[in-house]
Amino acid sequence: MANPSVEAINLSKRYGSFTALSNLSLKLEGAKCVGFLGPNGAGKTTTLKLFTDLIRPSSGEALINGVNVHAQKKKALESVGSLIETPEIYPALTPREGLSMIAEIRGVPRAERNKRVEASLQEVHMEEWIDKRMGKFSKGMKQRVCVASTLLSNPTIVLLDEPTNGLDPRGMSEVRGIIKSLKGKSRLIFMSSHLLSEVSEVCDEVAMIDHGKLVVYDTIANVTARFLGGENIVEVGFKQPVDAALIRRISKIQGVISAEKGDDTSLRIRFTGGLASQESILVSMVGMNLGVISYKPAASALEDAYLSLIKDTV
Amino acid sequence: MDQIEIQSSNRVPTSLSQVRTIMKYTFLDYFRSRRFFILLSLDLIISALLTVLVGYYRPQSFLFNSLSFYSSWWGNGATFVTILGGIFFGGDAISGEFQNRTGYFGVPNPIRRSSIYIGKWLSAFIAATLIFVIYAAITVGNGIYYFGMNIPIEFGESLLFAWFYLAAVMGFTFLFSSLFKNSSISILITAILFLFVFSLIETLVTLLAKIEPWFILTYGAGIISSVLTVPYPEHVHTQTFGEQITLTTYTAFISEGLAIMAVYFIVTAALGLLLFERKEFT
Repeated sequence: MANPSVEAINLSKRYGSFTALSNLSLKLEGAKCVGFLGPNGAGKTTTLKLFTDLIRPSSGEALINGVNVHAQKKKALESVGSLIETPEIYPALTPREGLSMIAEIRGVPRAERNKRVEASLQEVHMEEWIDKRMGKFSKGMKQRVCVASTLLSNPTIVLLDEPTNGLDPRGMSEVRGIIKSLKGKSRLIFMSSHLLSEVSEVCDEVAMIDHGKLVVYDTIANVTARFLGGENIVEVGFKQPVDAALIRRISKIQGVISAEKGDDTSLRIRFTGGLASQESILVSMVGMNLGVISYKPAASALEDAYLSLIKDTV
Repeated sequence: MDQIEIQSSNRVPTSLSQVRTIMKYTFLDYFRSRRFFILLSLDLIISALLTVLVGYYRPQSFLFNSLSFYSSWWGNGATFVTILGGIFFGGDAISGEFQNRTGYFGVPNPIRRSSIYIGKWLSAFIAATLIFVIYAAITVGNGIYYFGMNIPIEFGESLLFAWFYLAAVMGFTFLFSSLFKNSSISILITAILFLFVFSLIETLVTLLAKIEPWFILTYGAGIISSVLTVPYPEHVHTQTFGEQITLTTYTAFISEGLAIMAVYFIVTAALGLLLFERKEFT
């Protein structure tokens, strides 16, 4: 099967004199998670709506796996699961019925349908509510059901518009966990979010948009390096408290510029050399048996890059 | 989650099959909704009131013969029940997709908007038909009580015309529902049009302009009650009051009434679909 792809070609959306999206050209291809960042009104949701036929482009094309969404919607969206804004499901239906409707629309085989519905709801911890009507559900509960509907047909492309919106901290964490678990299954995930820490934690690449225009699209490491003078920052967690000896040992690893203590059991390591260096530092630390239990790009680095690129909040 | 990891064996079904899916689940939603319960209650209250009043007062206009019974009972109530069904189930069918955000759940799937529209139309039509059938059944029940199995053929015709009228009303309500994103506005405007404006225009056109109001749906729907009058009323009837005043009334031919309903159904359903196809979820 070909790599999943999502492509915008000179995609624009205008409402009268207001331009919501201006000549966006962007191609995402392959199994990865791409974060879509930008201030309120930048055009993130507009872009995702254009890829799901909720709105039509003023000009340009929205292609999914090379198929124009607006010319051949059924074909283009057959392998796409999406969650745009906060959908509502018919209130008198139960999650089982609402998801069965989507499963039938998407052509999930009858024999698998019920199993998939139950499994999807189990994934978002809504199995206890599977046969309760959704009219009285809270916003967070509905959002969980909608996340489940996105997973239902085992899509190769997942489009998510602020998927943790409306969820409590546990729900947010669970949804992030679901997205991370999806990454390892040959999927292309394109996810808008206001939460830089979320994007930093979940995504491999980032596209930033401002005033309807694409500002940057690259790996998180490259984007952050570009705005930190070629440097990157990773946050490393250890199973034991960090002491001066540990900091000294890490500072000597090739590529490391500095290591600063975070809380008792974590360090912020500044380094040069991009992704290759990021990998080799991790390998070195593991080889030195330092008790590393987590290793991820620092959200603050992405925040610095974001603030450098995006000047206004609206 | 093992089940989700199963390699997808999905094949997007045909549009016809998707219409059936939308119809099935939206009907389920209608059937369990408060509005269905309210309309069913109204249906039963109207029927119960008629049953009690006719049983108690035994009015001659109802009990003169079998035809007069069906004419008075069904001829007066059927269009009202039909209009209520159209408004209750069609009024916000499409506008609700925008206002209640249910469209964000269904539309971003591999399904044509036309399949959603047609599926919703059919489910609203079936739900309204159910209410309509209950009213007809109570009418027949009372008719059998008073006149035995002597059910006039004209009642059957009227029943069929009323059902066609329901299709035309539903087409119209779906058009207005597609026109607005606010459910209350679409329901209100449709209700005002059917309950007051159409009748008012029909009267004004007939009395002042003295032309046949062939372009008004409610005029065409007049065949529902006219067919229960034997012989069928004259197409043009003129009455003179004194020397100066003449009053002309029009009655649609059956073929004309059916044509008006058919044109309304086709035009409004198609226009509504076109609007929904172009409408954006902004």
